[in-house]
Amino acid sequence: MIVGLIEFLKRRLNRVILVCCVIMALLVGFDALLLDKNKAHTAAEHLPGFWAVFGLVSCVVIIFVSKWFGKLGITRREDYYDQ
Amino acid sequence: MISNLWLHPGLILLAGALVLPLVKGRLFRPCLLLVPMLAFGAVLLMPQGEFGVVPFLEWNLTFGRVDRLSLVFANIMTLMCIIGTLYGLHVDNPFEMAAAWIYVAGSLGVIFAGDFLVLFLFWEIMAFSSVFLVWFRVRPESVWAGFRYLLVHAAGGMVLLAGIVLLYHATGDLGFHQLDVTRPTLPMYLILTGFLLNAAVPPLHAWLPDAYGEATVSGAVFMCAFTTKTAVYALARGFAGMEILIPLGVVMALYGVVYAVLENDARRLLAYHIISQVGYMVAGVGIGTDLAINGACAHAFAHILYKGLLFMGVGSVLYMTGKSRFTDLGGLYRRMPRAFVFTLIGGLSISAFPLFSGFVSKSMIVAAGFEDHLYWAAFLLTLASAGTFLHTGLKVPYFIWFGKNNCSDDTWEKAEDPPMHMQVAMGIAAFLCLFIGIHTPYLYDMLPYATAYEPYTAYHVTESMQILLFTALGFFILLKKLTPKPFISLDMDWFYRMGGRVFQLGAQKGMDYLSVRAHKYLGNALPRGLNRFSQSGPARLSLLLIRPLWYLTGVKVLGPDGAEKQFTDTFSQSLFTIGSSAVFIIIVLMVLLFFIT
Repeated sequence: MIVGLIEFLKRRLNRVILVCCVIMALLVGFDALLLDKNKAHTAAEHLPGFWAVFGLVSCVVIIFVSKWFGKLGITRREDYYDQ
Repeated sequence: MISNLWLHPGLILLAGALVLPLVKGRLFRPCLLLVPMLAFGAVLLMPQGEFGVVPFLEWNLTFGRVDRLSLVFANIMTLMCIIGTLYGLHVDNPFEMAAAWIYVAGSLGVIFAGDFLVLFLFWEIMAFSSVFLVWFRVRPESVWAGFRYLLVHAAGGMVLLAGIVLLYHATGDLGFHQLDVTRPTLPMYLILTGFLLNAAVPPLHAWLPDAYGEATVSGAVFMCAFTTKTAVYALARGFAGMEILIPLGVVMALYGVVYAVLENDARRLLAYHIISQVGYMVAGVGIGTDLAINGACAHAFAHILYKGLLFMGVGSVLYMTGKSRFTDLGGLYRRMPRAFVFTLIGGLSISAFPLFSGFVSKSMIVAAGFEDHLYWAAFLLTLASAGTFLHTGLKVPYFIWFGKNNCSDDTWEKAEDPPMHMQVAMGIAAFLCLFIGIHTPYLYDMLPYATAYEPYTAYHVTESMQILLFTALGFFILLKKLTPKPFISLDMDWFYRMGGRVFQLGAQKGMDYLSVRAHKYLGNALPRGLNRFSQSGPARLSLLLIRPLWYLTGVKVLGPDGAEKQFTDTFSQSLFTIGSSAVFIIIVLMVLLFFIT
């Protein structure tokens, strides 16, 4: 059943991607237009789609900073400690 | 430890661990399940109060301080013990499960300890029993990792003990309760260091990925739950509101995320995310408000379940295929679909998806940070939560069950869903992850303080969904960057792994050098010198007197036919030499004796 569902979604990958994009757009739209932001902690959060940008930027920053960090000599061959 | 009809649940597990190796045949597996269930039952029925007070020397040791803080931790510890034991039902080696139970008993002992002496006793039991969960994997790498784990924890235990002794010396009180964190003293810092080592706070954290990545399949499920969370309990009990814990917690949360990007081994990646998640709890303890402490406890509770579930999911892949590196796996959804679903539920829970357990626990700590106007901490913890989803929610499931298929034919053949008992254990954990996320009073009613907190507000749900979905967008855009590579990442353990080698090399070379020099000087030059000194000493003394006379009388002194040569030759050949040498040595010894005394 699980495999069937996954293969069903895989065959319709383009449609799945489209649905995801629509959901994300709706979410940001909801945030920008309808959401009551009284519970926001800081002024910046009142910007439309603040957390969406925060999420995307966080992801990119984490990946690039980590890769840069790894290149400082942190990543080594797997047999490093066996030599 | 039994008084007023109070039974220490750790005692049940200890007794079970002693009996277990003797139980054979059909009774073995029922016995395996019965013992942790009894322990869980004992916690559920436990009244609050102080029990198990035992007089020892001049102290009254308290084995059972039961209040809301200890109960919430004891509840989840014993519950996880049931799940972990069920998951490890296939293990035929009774000593492995016995070690696991003694380890859990150690953890429960710390949780119920009313004073530092009892705490230290159980603290050490934890370290010395859990190391067997690494050793029982038998591989040489595991044996060495186990020794490193043990040495690091023994060192941490010594620091803790030093702190306890100094604290007792200064205050005369052994009681384990909230310390005065506004005026920290040296003993407090030592105790804190001992706790922080077990909580895996960088730079004292490297033992965790090192050992957990090498532990047995079911051993890792136990280990991921107990050591760090017991340390969180100890911090919450003794160091609530200690401000230094806030930056330390934030550093932990980010540190684990950074290393998880670089990691190729799925279980080590999960281990780095323990550091990251425990960072939230440590920061929560540092914030110290009622909401933050509640958050730390709730997050520990939720974390034990979803991290156990993740280790079970990835562990089942390791159990079936013998592989845990992403570069040896991929595309397994056709072969292990159920393990995938369970791991995904664990991944969504740790990522704090609405309706999953992490959503209702992690947000309490972040909210407490915002309430306390610690904006930098709250924003950085939120940033780390994007990283959590990136790795545990996306990278782990994607690169094991989807992505490029790196499986060898052998791996692909072996891969199928694990035995039923493993699936049931994962099913229970997955159910609890969802149950806690949906029915919030179950967890919230257990928490130590009464605070009103509602995670399901429109604002919070929208905030979380935006962060998570746009993190996922970033993941798929940068998918190529995240493709695992067959590398390892150096961490703080480098210092003692390579430092150990430097020490060994230094000791070896140093000893060689010392030996050669000692032989040359002490063995050869010194006796020869002494010999010459005592033999020719009288002749030289006499020469000092005679030489001026010779010069005055114009005798040829130097050269092979000179008077000096003739004199020394005569001197050394005559019987007089022996007697004069003896007298000379006695005089020298007496002079030495005079100066020494």
